[in-house]
Amino acid sequence: MSDEPNKGLLSPLRRKLLMGMAAVPAITMLPRASFAQAPATSAVNTTGLAVTDTEVTVGILHSATGTMAISETGSIEAEKLAIEQINAMGGVLGRKIKFIQEDGASDWPTFAEKAKKLLVNDKVAAIMGCWTSASRKAVLPVMEQYNGMLYYPTFYEGLEQSKNVIYTGQEATQQILAGLNWIAKEKGAKSFFFIGSDYIWPRTSNKIARKHVENVLKGKVVGEEYYPLGNTQFNSVINKIKLTKPDVIFTDVVGGSNVAFYKQLKAAGIDLSKQALLTISVTEDEIDGIGGENIAGAYACMKYFQSLDNPNNKAFVPAFKKMWGEKTVIGDVTQAAYLGPWLWKLTVEKAGSFDIDKIAAASPGVEFKGAPEGYVRIHENHHLWSKTRVGRAKLDGQFELIYETADLVEPDPFPKGYQ
Amino acid sequence: MINSRFFNRSELIGFIALAAVLFVILPLTLDVFRLNLVAKYLTYAFVAIGLVLCWGYGGILSLGQGVFFGLGGYCMAMFLKLEASSVENTKIQSTPGIPDFMDWNQITSLPLFWQPFHSLTFTILAIILVPGLFALIIGTAMFKRRVGGTYFAIITQAVAAILTILIIGQQGYTGGINGMTDLRTLKGWDIRPDHAKVILYFVEVVLLFACIGIAQFIRLTKLGRILVAMREQEDRVRFSGYSVANFKIFAFCMAAVFAAIGGAMFALNVGFMSPSFVGIVPSIEMVIYTAVGGRMSIFGAIWGAILVNFAKTSLSESFPQLWLFGLGALFIAVVLAFPNGLSGLWADYVQPRIDRLFASRKSKTDWKDNSVADGAPAE
Repeated sequence: MSDEPNKGLLSPLRRKLLMGMAAVPAITMLPRASFAQAPATSAVNTTGLAVTDTEVTVGILHSATGTMAISETGSIEAEKLAIEQINAMGGVLGRKIKFIQEDGASDWPTFAEKAKKLLVNDKVAAIMGCWTSASRKAVLPVMEQYNGMLYYPTFYEGLEQSKNVIYTGQEATQQILAGLNWIAKEKGAKSFFFIGSDYIWPRTSNKIARKHVENVLKGKVVGEEYYPLGNTQFNSVINKIKLTKPDVIFTDVVGGSNVAFYKQLKAAGIDLSKQALLTISVTEDEIDGIGGENIAGAYACMKYFQSLDNPNNKAFVPAFKKMWGEKTVIGDVTQAAYLGPWLWKLTVEKAGSFDIDKIAAASPGVEFKGAPEGYVRIHENHHLWSKTRVGRAKLDGQFELIYETADLVEPDPFPKGYQ
Repeated sequence: MINSRFFNRSELIGFIALAAVLFVILPLTLDVFRLNLVAKYLTYAFVAIGLVLCWGYGGILSLGQGVFFGLGGYCMAMFLKLEASSVENTKIQSTPGIPDFMDWNQITSLPLFWQPFHSLTFTILAIILVPGLFALIIGTAMFKRRVGGTYFAIITQAVAAILTILIIGQQGYTGGINGMTDLRTLKGWDIRPDHAKVILYFVEVVLLFACIGIAQFIRLTKLGRILVAMREQEDRVRFSGYSVANFKIFAFCMAAVFAAIGGAMFALNVGFMSPSFVGIVPSIEMVIYTAVGGRMSIFGAIWGAILVNFAKTSLSESFPQLWLFGLGALFIAVVLAFPNGLSGLWADYVQPRIDRLFASRKSKTDWKDNSVADGAPAE
């Protein structure tokens, strides 16, 4: 029974959600095309996707089990919320979105298997999914072979571009460069110490950061260390930090390791209100585990914080909490996942078709004015134009917005001079 | 006549049933996507055959079969990855012509140990020899010193953990935690389209039956009987003048080679290889397949591998949030209720009925005779 999809609609929260939706002003800013007479299925679906006169099926493919479940749950929730909201507005081209959820189980080959199942068996019109780079790398060949459309939410290392993927998170330069510029200017930082988890994303990010520090900011990288995923012993690197006294600690340590890292940092007497620390891997979700008191004062470089003060976000946060509980926090990736169904809907309506090729072609230039992070637009390279923001962690686990770029930052997955 | 000697009656039934299902029924009833999934399950059946030899008959519990599965798979994947990384496919990279993950890790030329994997002949030899030699080294180091039982199981686990850390840590050379993805062609033959998947499926089934034949042959020779004797009374075998260590090493190496063939077929069928098949968890899962199917029975273990994986897929498709609990319950139920696995169930409930059908011939195929009695001193 792959039809768990309608679970969201049966949810007792639905009524509450719909009531909450009434207060969503952002919605009114969205195109109303979906209320128009629905076009014939034969016209909008020429490649045999799962589109009927009343319904269109999409896939949700994240880890609901395994080590990544804790991170990916937020994305699943955001995608379901977006789908509910779109359906409440009349759906896409007059069709309600039905979703089939599959579990990638934090296991990359399983992601590939399930992606194939969604495309080949279920003929889904789009997949909202993946989180880690490894899962995306596993799914990518499947998407390209069977011509699917993936909306991928996580900030990632770049060096990739595909007709069959829309990257709704930031690629590395979008996330890193503006943050480094800001901290160099604001704190007069000259020396940096890099600490990362040992896999492709931190390594690529640090490579870009190093080039930027050395070539553009004319600063110095005084240390660069990597630890295996899940590592919990950071004492030796903390000693090195004490010896080298960098102006900035720049970290991309991921997952559970963060908890140990910040606790040990605090225990070693490094006071984050005096020692500048810039992280590109800690969102509100991670602080939930780390504890606000252990990380307060640290700077994070993201494109979205739950505390953003704009009308879209003020509607989004309560709607999310209505659906998933008051205690949930919304991190950068959760917001990016929320963009996926919306961008897909807008693109389908622009293309006037569910066909993958037409969506791929119509994607560049699609703009979403209702994004909680503010206005976003899809670039020719299938990444998003979005702002870079720096926030400072507070005791209550939220970020205080310190800086944001004046303009949208252009996505540049293959940055010249940074390779 | 040969069959009746090579397989006894119940094994013959098992053989015919498996052949019918794999060669005829599944290809006719399943679409290519599901057939490809069966091909993936069957890669674990190779491991299961090896475990029957080494654990069921030899009594050597290895919790590190993922190591050999992984070595075989990585050898195959390295060949396929090199072929997929032709200069024109990778012109977007800073150094075209090397695998993409090397480029991401600032490696600018193909490392020396990758060079021979341009050759398919070398790759096929490596798939057999690398895991075989590795098992020989581990086996010699352990069994010659009479390390056995639980200690051996723990050491194999440690080896699995070490290899995983090595692969993840050396990501410039191995693809790290992402593994090797986007494998495309085998000697120019595209392994991704549907017809290729069907051909690969049949190649795999033929290989599987070849392995069944080899395993059955080993079982029936004196070697097989010595293995069982060793499992039951190691000291007596040693005092009878046999070199127990050599027999153990042999069984362990055979299991390693079978697992490696499974791994290589996995890389071909799934188009993917990653450290998540090498570590401790997948290794234990492989032992579970064998236990569920019945570690004393080659066919039972194969069914175990197919059915457990099938349950894994269908449970996770139906209950994305809860399926792991279901799978856990299934294992507990099987182990508690049928300690000899599915083949024990067959022998206790199905076999007697079949025997009654053949009542005209005198039945001597009580389950215990079938599998354990090979260890009986005389036949």
